Order: sequence, then structure tokens, then C-alpha cells
Amino acid sequence: MNSPLRTLSAYIHVPYCSVRCGYCDFNTYTGSELRGAKRSDFVQHVGLEIAHARRELSATSDDRTLDTVFFGGGTPTILPASDIAAVLDLLRDSFGFSADAEITVEANPDTVDREYFDALRASGVTRVSLGMQSSVPHVLRTLDRTHDPVRIPGLVEQARASGVAVSVDVIYGTPGESIDDWQRTLDALGDLQLDHVSAYALIVEDGTALARKIKRGEIAAPDPDLHAEMYELADERFELMGLSWYEVSNWSRSIETQSRHNLAYWRNHDWWGFGAGAHSHIGDRRWWNIKHPAAYGQAVSRGVSPQLGEEVPTEAQRSLEHTMLGLRIREGIPLSMLTPRARLKVAELISTGLLDGIAAIEGTGRLTLRGRLLADTVIRALTD
Amino acid sequence: MSPRAHTPLKPASTAPEQIRNFCIIAHIDHGKSTLADRMLQITGIVDDRSMRAQYLDRMDIERERGITIKSQAVRMPWEVDGVTYALNMIDTPGHVDFTYEVSRSLAACEGAILLVDAAQGIEAQTLANLYLAMENDLTIIPVLNKIDLPAADPEKYAKELASLIGGSPDDVLRVSGKTGVGVDVLLDEVVANIPHPVGNASAPARAMIFDSVYDAYRGVITYVRVVDGALKPRERIQMMSTKAAHELLEIGVSSPEPVPSQGLGVGEVGYLITGVKDVRQSKVGDTVTNLQKPATQALAGYVDPKPMVFSGLYPIDGSDYPVLREALDKLKLSDASLNYEPETSVALGFGFRCGFLGLLHLEIITERLEREFGLDLIATAPSVPYEVTTEDGKTAEVTNPSEYPTGKIKSVSEPVVKVAILTPKDYVGTIMELCQSRRGNLLGMDYLGEERVEMRYTMPLGEIVFDFFDHLKSRTQGYASLDYEPCGEQEADLVKVDILLQGEQVDAFSAIVHKDKAYSYGVLMTERLKKLIPRQQFEVPIQAAIGARIIARETISAIRKDVLAKCYGGDITRKRKLLEKQKEGKKRMKMVGRVEVPQEAFIAALQGDDEVKKK
Ligand SMILES: Nc1nc2c(ncn2[C@@H]2O[C@H](COP(=O)(O)OP(=O)(O)OP(=O)(O)O)[C@@H](O)[C@H]2O)c(=O)[nH]1
Ligand SMILES: C[S@@+](CC[C@H](N)C(=O)[O-])C[C@H]1O[C@@H](n2cnc3c(N)ncnc32)[C@H](O)[C@@H]1O
Ligand code: SF4
Ligand SMILES: [Mg+2]
Repeated sequence: MNSPLRTLSAYIHVPYCSVRCGYCDFNTYTGSELRGAKRSDFVQHVGLEIAHARRELSATSDDRTLDTVFFGGGTPTILPASDIAAVLDLLRDSFGFSADAEITVEANPDTVDREYFDALRASGVTRVSLGMQSSVPHVLRTLDRTHDPVRIPGLVEQARASGVAVSVDVIYGTPGESIDDWQRTLDALGDLQLDHVSAYALIVEDGTALARKIKRGEIAAPDPDLHAEMYELADERFELMGLSWYEVSNWSRSIETQSRHNLAYWRNHDWWGFGAGAHSHIGDRRWWNIKHPAAYGQAVSRGVSPQLGEEVPTEAQRSLEHTMLGLRIREGIPLSMLTPRARLKVAELISTGLLDGIAAIEGTGRLTLRGRLLADTVIRALTD
Repeated sequence: MSPRAHTPLKPASTAPEQIRNFCIIAHIDHGKSTLADRMLQITGIVDDRSMRAQYLDRMDIERERGITIKSQAVRMPWEVDGVTYALNMIDTPGHVDFTYEVSRSLAACEGAILLVDAAQGIEAQTLANLYLAMENDLTIIPVLNKIDLPAADPEKYAKELASLIGGSPDDVLRVSGKTGVGVDVLLDEVVANIPHPVGNASAPARAMIFDSVYDAYRGVITYVRVVDGALKPRERIQMMSTKAAHELLEIGVSSPEPVPSQGLGVGEVGYLITGVKDVRQSKVGDTVTNLQKPATQALAGYVDPKPMVFSGLYPIDGSDYPVLREALDKLKLSDASLNYEPETSVALGFGFRCGFLGLLHLEIITERLEREFGLDLIATAPSVPYEVTTEDGKTAEVTNPSEYPTGKIKSVSEPVVKVAILTPKDYVGTIMELCQSRRGNLLGMDYLGEERVEMRYTMPLGEIVFDFFDHLKSRTQGYASLDYEPCGEQEADLVKVDILLQGEQVDAFSAIVHKDKAYSYGVLMTERLKKLIPRQQFEVPIQAAIGARIIARETISAIRKDVLAKCYGGDITRKRKLLEKQKEGKKRMKMVGRVEVPQEAFIAALQGDDEVKKK
């Protein structure tokens, strides 16, 4: 079960934000939504789950050290940097870190400065992922983002000066964002001399304020054709900046600068997700935690598992997951793992320009640029 | 009111002189079923506690729509001057699509109550049903209903009715099915005026099957009217046309629940149960006789009505085909007017081409199939039957547009109907306009009293079966009523319009339309499909064509992006479930060439949603 080929990662979910952005459906809570849960309890509660995880893994003689750690949210940087450091200490004491462990923190531009970066660096953080989203004020406004885009270059500079690698998150296809607007954001990214970028198409999630505004006709729905055009444009510009895709939404300068943590998800490796609503995958089991921080805190404080649900995917579901995850990364999937029926489709997918023909001849299923945009079609075709 | 007759007469030993068989006929909604309710109550066979409105409309679909679809026969006791009588009353449907149902009921009766809404007066189906009753030599009792309504004008309509059937306006009875006023007098009148049945009690048994239904528990239930002789429980009977012999397990009368009896004698109406499950054994119109002592001459049966509208019915789940077949067999039993033959469609798979008496009939049958047999169905665009003659002189009846001959066509003829429209005189102009746009030919107009006009037209059936009635109603604030009957064929400038997806014909969407309407049909369907078919990896042209000539075109542009390019972190389960759902959706796709079309798109395109109704 503890396949030596699988690395172990830790994800720490920080479920707090100062305000909720209109497009966001992540498991996060603003001050008034916390219902008694206190941010100051964060370290203590996560610490209890870390102890619990240590016992569980030891019971199966799993003594792997952590290859990557990722603080995501919510807004991890809403916490004092000392909290991040305290959690890292607990993880280090319980699991140990691999020699070149990658330790990432998602950073909200409103909540970080040079001092904060220094503190992160001192606690062992190697990488920050900065939520820039756009450099165009009206796009940021539609996204309910409060930061001033002018501050971004300075922040990137400061993080680097502190010795942490920087990645930037952007969103494209926001209602009202024109191709020109997107070009401006891409220009700004070019100026930042980045080694890593994540670019996501805006998804209108059910139940969000954005979805309601679109339903009421106050805002136009995103146009999928425009999304495609923006994606192609981005890919072209990133290439010019020396960044190549390694996952449908991620571009990197070299293998070394890729996000190993995210790759662990796509490669279907093992990770323990700590904190409210976090998802875990160890061996053949997936599970997820109680979502609200208050209920989560009560569970760990009583010494019981904060798990809310779990599943052991069937063989068929596993292979579906493998194809689904593997196709999204440049590595691709070995065509040999496909069913004979699915393999019959490969030729057609090559001729319609969705799969890379040369890679296929070498035995790998890899998406072309067009294929990345139609990844769901390819995945469906190959999992029939 | 307490019932007059305290001891009902026993079936099998009731003298024909004490029997009265009658039906209630009227235009739709004039209150037949409500009047029947009051009769059930004052004769005491349904107590006040069990009573509910339109008691005899038992099917869910009848109750929901508030209309009668099937006739129901009920035996009720009634006493006049110390003599007890057995009244067999048949409540009939009023909608034009079910005229056939009425005509079968008439054949089991000696008299009819012609009911007219005292606030509406004579309507088109009043005339049609009266005509049928007179054809059957029935004694007519004219009755005005709903006299409790403030808008009722009994004086005026009594005159109208009297001038229609002869006699004096004073002879027209006035009742209210709602309050029960006048219903006892009406029943007295039935006894006094409707002739009792006549038959030969000692002759070999002859009973006419006027209805049969399938019951999941009891098998086939056959409704008969005995003409000669008698039928008794446990004896062996024979169906004269099929020669099939059965033992009579149960015989009885509906009162209104089934009550087993010692048999049925001359003139009586009741039911038979033979335990037979094979629904084809009991054909409406057949004569039942005794196996040992058979009659030599069968009773004159019914003329099976000709279907007027055809549509293909397909199970959405192809594996339901055998269920559909069995379901149709069972419905056919209680609805002899239903016709069906297996057919296949490239787009829809295996199904049946079904013939109906009209659109409501189609709708009701489809709904009953879905409800009573748990089926999910698609119905193709309705079509009337055309006669197509090719250049080489071959003539074929085409009930399915996709079977339209491919070669050079010499002529096409379409069914024509005689239409009667009754309307307040103010709407004559607008109705003429409507009929003209539907290729109608005015035959004549007659005034019925001072206010109302009967307009007579001939019109292609294809022009009226679909939405004509809706248009007529909306242009006349609901005041006009419509009746029609077949009257032959005529040649016309008809063409077949095909719908092509990426050059591939979709048989379910082909339609035969008048040349002048081909373009608008083409535009309507191509626009509709463009909205309904999801984008594919490639561009999909949607075309409407007459032969090789394209008359309308839309294009669905190729999809460029479907990837969910968002950061979902570790929630792989959610991602996988999304994918599983997409794959589930794919299973419900039908391939037309290379184009994947969701089943729902076919259904929505064929049903036409509300856009048609709005036009
Ligand atoms: N006020 C009033 N309403 C009546 C009377 N009789 C029937 N109605 C109403 O008229 C409507 C139609 O009544 P039904 O008895 O269903 O009419 P029907 O002739 O059986 O209709 P079909 O079977 O569909 O042809 C219902 O809403 C009844 O409540 C009456 O005497 N007075
Ligand atoms: C886990 S989220 C939250 C990180 C951080 N709180 C922030 O908003 O900057 C990581 C990234 O997902 C992207 N994202 C969030 N919601 C999205 C949505 N509805 N559609 C597309 N991308 C989204 C944003 O680029 C965001 O930076
Ligand atoms: S800051 Fe990030 S996690 Fe918080 S509400 Fe906005 S998008 Fe969601
Ligand atoms: Mg009725």
C-alpha cells in the first residue's frame, strides 16, 4: 500500500478570508461566518489532527517524510507568520521533511509584506503563490478583489529578496474582460520575470454571488469561445517568456520550478489534508473533513477524527481517475493502461488534433494545445 | 333525497319492459358527467359519503383534465308509480376525438339525453352527437343543464333546441347537474318516453361487445348488451368472429362497482369475465353467443374508425420496446380506434407508427402509456395520411413522411374534412380569415337563431388537426366550437421537407407540408435544433431541404473549450463525479452520422415547446 513510488505530501487548509470574493466557492469563512471558531485556535486544532495523523500512519508502518507541504485557503496569510511557522514545526517534528522539500504558501497581496516574507522564509517556506488574478482595475473590481495591482511587482521583488520562489495566480475570462485587458495582464506577468504561473478560466460556481448576478442578468455569463482564445493567447505569451505548460493551467520555466505539490495531485500520490474541509488521499482511500472550522475544532478537541466522509474508489473509478488526472499534465498517461476499446479512439483523437501524434507513437497519451482546451472530450473518449 | 326504489331488480330476471337503456350525449363540458353524478345519488347506488365530482371519470388522466375519455355504463334502480325499473345509463365523452366512443355507446341504447348547457346553447358537438343518435334511431330527450347559472338563458336555448329537433320549447326539460334540480323528473321522463329493449328471450344468445378493458387483477373485462337469449355464469361462450371459446367465470352489472349476478337477459347491459389475459380475444363489435347453442347470425358490428393522425411512438430506452408493444395491445382493447404497426427510425430506433383519431387522442394515449405502463416515450411530428403517386403510376399511402417515395412524384393527395364551426355572428370575419389561411373552402353559412352562425367548410385535414382549434378559440374568445368529419381526398401542392444534420437526414423530423409552408417549417426546425443540439468538436450545418434543394440553414459552430481549468486542489472525488455525470449524459445521446444528439433535443424539437403556441 505504501508504494515506494508514491510520495507523501501535506495540505493545510486555512479557512479564513476577510471578505468573500463573488466568484469563490472555496471552503472559507469571513469573521462573522465563523460562529465562535477563533483564528487563534488554528494552530492548536491543526496540531491535534497532525498528532492523529502521525498515530494513524504509524499504525500502518508508514514512515515516509513529507515531500511537499502546501498552505492553501482561504487566505493562509491572514494568519500571523508565526502560526505558519508553528504548524511547520509540528509537521517537521511528526513527519520530517525530505531533503529538498517544497513548502508553498498561498499569499493574498493585501496581507503580505517584506517582513512577512522574511518570517516565512525563516520558518522553512520555499515558495509563495501570489493571488494577483489580474492587473486591470475593472477586472479586479468585478472579481471583488481589493488589492491595488500597482503593488504586485514590489511584492514579487520582496518575496524574492527574502529568498522564496514566486508563482502568480491569474484568472481570465472575467465578464467584461476584453482581449486587450487580458493582454495587459499578460504584459504585466512578462515584466515580473516569473518562473511559474497558474492561469485559471473563471468558473461560475453555483451558489456564488457571481452566479446570482449572472442569473439576474446584471453581469454577462463568461463566453467559452473567448476563454479558448485567451488561453491560446496566454500559452503563446508564456512560451515567449520561457514558460512551458506542464499542467492545463500551469506553466513553468523548468522542471525544478514546477509545483511538485500540485503534481502530486495529478500523479495521484498520497497526501494528508489537514484542517476544516480538507481532502486526503492515502493508499486506496480518499476522505474529507468536516467543513466548518467550529465543528472541526470540536471534533479534534474531543480527540475524534474530523473526517466527514470517505470513499474507496472501485477499480473502474481508479482507472477513470488515473486517466482524468494524468491527461491534464504534460507527462500524460501510458497508452498501455487504456482499455482496448479506448485505444481504438486514439487514432481519431490524433487526427482531430487533440492528442499529440508523436507522443502517441512513443506510447504516451499527451494533449495538444487544442486537446488541452477540449480535455474533457478527450478524457471521456479514453474512458469509455 | 332518499332513493325511490328500495329493492333493485335482479339482473337475469328483469323483464325487458322494466329496462331502459340510454346514454347522455352533449358537447364537451356541458355537464354530462356531473348530471350522471346526481343520478347515481338519487337512485341511491352511490351514497353521499362516497360521492365525488364526476364519479365515473375514474382514470387519473380524466380527473386531472376534467374531461371524460371513456364511456361508462351504470345500472340504476328507479321507481315510477310503484313499478321498479332498471335504468342503464351510459356517460359519454364530449370531445370530437372520441366521437367513436360515443357511437359505440349509442348502439347499446334505445334513447339518448341530449344535454345542452343553458348558458352556452347548441355547439358543434351537440349537432354531431345528435346526428349520430338519430342515425341509430334513438329517442331523444332534450335537456337544458346548468340552469342554476346566473348566465343561463333557458328560454332562448329551449327555443333553439326545439327548433332543432322539433316539438315545443315547453317539452325541453331543465335541470342542474350541480344542484340536482329536475333530475328526478328527467328520470321519470326516461322511463315514460324511452322505449324498452326488444329481443327474443328464447333465441340463441346474442350479446354485442361495446367495450372491453384490461384489468391487471382480473384480466379482460368485456362489456356487453344482450340482444337475444341470455348469458349465465359458468356456461361456455363463444366469440362469433374469432370463434374463441371461454368459460364465463363471472357475469354481472356495474352499479357502479361490479356486482356479480345470475346472468344477463334480453336488453340488459353488463360485464363478462372469462379469466382470459390475451387481450385480442375480446374484440369490440364482436357478438358473444353460447358455445353449445350458438346463434347463426352475428349482430352488425361497428365500422372501425379511420385514423386521422399518425405519429411514431418510440421508447426512450430501446429495451422497453416489448413493453410498449404489450401496452399498446392492452390499450387497443379498450380503444378500438387505436392503430399501430412496428416501424424503425434511424434516429429513434424501434417503435410503432400509430394512428389516432386526433391530436387529443394522441396526447391521451401517449400519456396513458407513460403512466399506466411506466414508459418514457418520444412521439414524432404528427402527420395525416397522404396518397402519393409516382411518375411510373404507383400509388402508396404515406403515414410516415420518411417513407415518402424518392422518385419523381406525379401527384399527392391529402385527406379533406367537412368542418362545422358554430360561432357568435361577430366573429364570422375573423374565422373566415383563419380558414382561408388554412386553405379552407366555404360551403355555406346558416343562422341558428339571431346571434349564432354555423359556418361550413371543407379543409385539408392536415391544416386543422394540429393547432387550428387553439387559433379558433383564441380568435373568438373561446366562443366558437368546432366539429369535423372526413369527406374524401384532394390533390394538392405538397412537398416533403427533410432536416439534415451535417448532410445526414434525420428521419424523425421530416414532414409533408404545403408548398407555401415549407420554408417556414424549415426555418422553424433549423432554428429550434440549433438551440437544442450541443456544440460538437466540428462545425455542424443544420439544413432544411426539399429533395436536393436547401431551403433553410443554420450552423452550430465547433466547441473550442470544455476543460474545467480551475484549481480544485485535492477534491478529486468531485472532479470524478462531474466526469461520471458527463459520461452518463453521453449514454443518452443518439448518433446522427458523427453528430451526437441528446435524446432530450429530439423530444424538445418534436414537441416544439411553447414557441409554436405563441405564434
Ligand atoms: N353551475 C353548474 N356547473 C355545472 C353543472 N354541471 C356541470 N357543471 C360544471 O361544468 C364543468 C363540466 O362538467 P362535466 O360534468 O365534467 O362535463 P362533461 O360534459 O362530462 O364533460 P366531457 O365529459 O369532457 O365532455 C364542470 O366544471 C362542472 O362542475 C351545473 O348544472 N351547474
Ligand atoms: C485556492 S484559490 C484561493 C487563493 C487565495 N485565497 C486567493 O484568492 O488569492 C487558488 C486560486 O484559484 C483561482 N480561483 C478561485 N476561484 C476560482 C473560480 N471560480 N474560477 C477560476 N479560478 C478560481 C484563483 O486564481 C485563486 O488564486
Ligand atoms: S480571497 Fe481567495 S479564498 Fe478568499 S474568498 Fe477570495 S477567492 Fe475565495
Ligand atoms: Mg364527462
